Order: sequence, then C-alpha cells, then structure tokens
Amino acid sequence: MSDSQNGMPQQTDLNFGFAEMFKGGVIMDVVTADQARIAEAAGATAVMALERVPADIRVDGGVARMSDPKMIKEIIAAVTIPVMAKVRIGHIVEAQILQALGVDFIDESEVLTPADEQFHILKTEFKVPFVCGAKNLGEALRRVAEGASMIRTKGEAGTGNVVEAVRHARTILGEIRSIQARPVEELMTVARDLQAPYELVKYVHQHGKLPVVNFAAGGIATPADAALMMVLGLDGVFVGSGIFKSDNPERRAQAIVKAVTHYQNPELLAEISEDLGAPMTGINIDDLIPAERLASRGW
Amino acid sequence: MAGKPLRIGVLALQGAFREHCRLLDSLGAAVREVRLPADLAGLNGLILPGGESTTMARLLSEYALWEPIRDFHTSGRAIWGTCAGAILLAREVQGAPPQFGGRQQSLGLLDTTVQRNAFGRQINSFAAPLTVQGLDLPFPAVFIRAPAFSGAGADVTVLAEWDGQAVMLRQGRILATAFHPELSGDARIHKLFIEMAQEAQAANT
Repeated sequence: MSDSQNGMPQQTDLNFGFAEMFKGGVIMDVVTADQARIAEAAGATAVMALERVPADIRVDGGVARMSDPKMIKEIIAAVTIPVMAKVRIGHIVEAQILQALGVDFIDESEVLTPADEQFHILKTEFKVPFVCGAKNLGEALRRVAEGASMIRTKGEAGTGNVVEAVRHARTILGEIRSIQARPVEELMTVARDLQAPYELVKYVHQHGKLPVVNFAAGGIATPADAALMMVLGLDGVFVGSGIFKSDNPERRAQAIVKAVTHYQNPELLAEISEDLGAPMTGINIDDLIPAERLASRGW
Repeated sequence: MAGKPLRIGVLALQGAFREHCRLLDSLGAAVREVRLPADLAGLNGLILPGGESTTMARLLSEYALWEPIRDFHTSGRAIWGTCAGAILLAREVQGAPPQFGGRQQSLGLLDTTVQRNAFGRQINSFAAPLTVQGLDLPFPAVFIRAPAFSGAGADVTVLAEWDGQAVMLRQGRILATAFHPELSGDARIHKLFIEMAQEAQAANT
C-alpha cells in the first residue's frame, strides 16, 4: 500500500478507480490467445485467462489450479485490453506469481479448487487489484475488508444456468436495501448478524451500495441473461463458459456486449438476441450434488 | 449569464459515466446519458468517459455514432474526453490491438497522437499532484493505465505534463485529459468544461 500524502489518492483508490472503468462491460473467460483476440474484437472490457472454462472443469474433475504462466503471457501479448487471471482461494503464492507476471486483476475464485478452506488471501498486501465472489452481503463485505476492489456474484459457474447468480444478486442487493432502512443505532447488531466489519456496514447504510463495483458472474449464457443482471442493479458481467461453449462464440460475444450497454431498451435487445446459434447446453442446479456446487466454496 | 439551461451529455456505452454525471449534476448542469445518435439532440456539450476504448469504439460503430459525434463538434458544441475518451478523440492512436494491425478507429477531432497505456499496466497506475495551466493549486490526478499525447498540432495547447509527457490538452472546444478528474472528487476541471460549453452556447446564439 502506498503512503498517504497530502490527500493524494492511494493504491486502494487506484484499484477501486480501475474497477470503475469496467462498468457496463463484459469480462470474458478465454483459454487461448486466439480466444482472447476474438473477445477483444467483440468488445470485451477485459479477458480472464484460464486453462479450462468452468464447464470443462466440471466434466474433467481433478484439482483446478492457476494457469501456466506461459499461457498467461501469451494472452497478455495478444491483446491490449486488461488481462485477469484466477488463483485458488487462499493461495498466496499463486497470487504473488500472477502479480509478478503483470496481470491487471486477480480473481480469487471458487471455480478453482480451494487451497485453504479457512482463510482467504489478505489482498491489502498486494499492489494488484482483486475480485472475489460472494453469495450474500456479509461475504461481500468480508472480502472488501480483506482488500478486494471488485465483488462478483458467485452464481454457479459452468452450468449455463443463471438462477444462482440471480439468487446472489437479489440477496446482496436486498440486504443493502434493508440496511439502508435501519436506524443508525441498530447497525452494530446488523454487523454482528452479517459477520461483517462495522465500518463497512455504516458505509452501506450511508451510500446504499457496496464500497466497490459489483458484477454478475456464474451461469450467464445469453444476451437476455446479461441484461437481466444489469436490470437487477449490477454494474457489469463476467461470462465464462457461456461464450466459447456456444455454437457461434463471435456473434454471441458481440451480442452480450451490446446487451449490457442497451439493457434498458427491449427493442434493441430483441434484435441483439436474434439468430445467435445454440447457447451452451445448461445444467439444472437441482441435479448437482452438494459437492459439485462451486458456490459453497469460501465463506 | 442567463439563457437556456446548460445540458451536458455523457457517452454511456461503457465505463465510468455515472461519476461524470454525478459531478455535473452537483455543479447544476442538466445531464443526459448518450447511447444512441438521437440522444445528442439539444446538448451543449458531451463527455466521453474513461473505460475501455476498444469496447467503446466497437459500440460506436455498432450504433453508427461516429459521424453524429463529429457533426456535434462541427456544429459548435464542446467535447471532453477522459482517458479512453481522450483516445477516441485523437487524430492517431498508437498501441492499438495487434490484431487490428495496430490501428484503431477514432473521431480524429483532436490534432494529436495518443499512445495507449503510455505509463504501463495496472501495477504502474499512479496518482500525482498535477500542475495544470489555469488552476492555482495542483490537481489530484489519477492515472489508470493512462495514455499520453505527443505531436500536438499548432492549434493545440498543452495544459499539463507529467514525466515529460503531455497529459492534458485543449484545442478550441475540445478538452482531453489522460487522467480521471471524475474519480478525485475535485470539480475544477468539470467547471472548466462547463465554461467551455457555455462559451460555445453563447457563440451559437
């Protein structure tokens, strides 16, 4: 963390500010430099470099880890938009490696196999910004207190089923609205119940929003899914398996980018949604046994 | 000067447009988000915000906004680009995606070359007290994967430099900042732009 001098913005402000630049945008999972180029040309605001998209991680099983630095470097060289990459929950050293590689944003992600079942990374120790998943407001505020510069819903990655992302967005935004309605003297009890830092609960009470940008992720497969998350009140979307597991990734990527900008315009959304080829085949969440649910990783 | 109320648009295709809207609103300007050509009607000024310039360029093409924005300027209105928005204004863009042959579409209204990511990646982003011509105290400037300008034409005034590179330019009714005045909470540059829009409005009536 840089030292504070005469009211100048600090590293946290730079990272929060950087996260603001992604708003109204789509961050796309890519596994090769070629996919990264397709995402960039389609208008992605960033790419997430990873070895396997969540849908394949589900099929393949085994331990999912940080990607090979060689592949991340190839993607950094291939595009000019920011490059993000994932580390396992609690894996401090994978995060140090990604920071050394010059990655622009790190996702401490439940999609990879957790390295630590108790502790998340202390993200304030890093210069590079982090994004973390959350299912509810308490979890989101704990991650922010650890230094996350962006929060995303966990959703249920690799399913092509938006229901969990909607559940997490409704939960977080609903909890924010209910805190706003509480009188100030009740906030300490709210903090206790949420298991969240008091200062951040006060921030939410005052501002009616998280202190950082709040994105949707997990199961978004169509332009309408992406627009739905914007309508619910999120700032932008991550699309994982939904693009490169569909029939026509290029067209679908372009369509989702347009849908996030014009989410309030149903006439345009109708045009945008037309003739995109088949989306990824989805998975019904109820068919997943609890151990297959990625959202339950982390706390 | 009394007259019609000032109306400023903020391009809202992608990026940090809400921060600009909030600041303009606090300064008493009427604000409108611009996503389609029709949204430009009746505006006195337009801000192109920070965000991802390739994304915005793609969406500008998709909904045919390039020409209407050029016409907007030609017809005597003021435009200000911050960071990605400044890239969109420039005559020439360097450091564009390799897959586009290093070329990137821009409005070409500002007579300068812009270098994308001139100061490096996010890890190199920084904040600095910037000396700006016309402001008596330094401006807390936030540079995020920021561009820099070079080879500015004769009609262009360099209003601020950092580390030997031009980071704020003015050319008539066009303002360009490589940094993000909308993130610092300091409204002085927004006030400057409102004055530019007012002058343009007065000249048009």
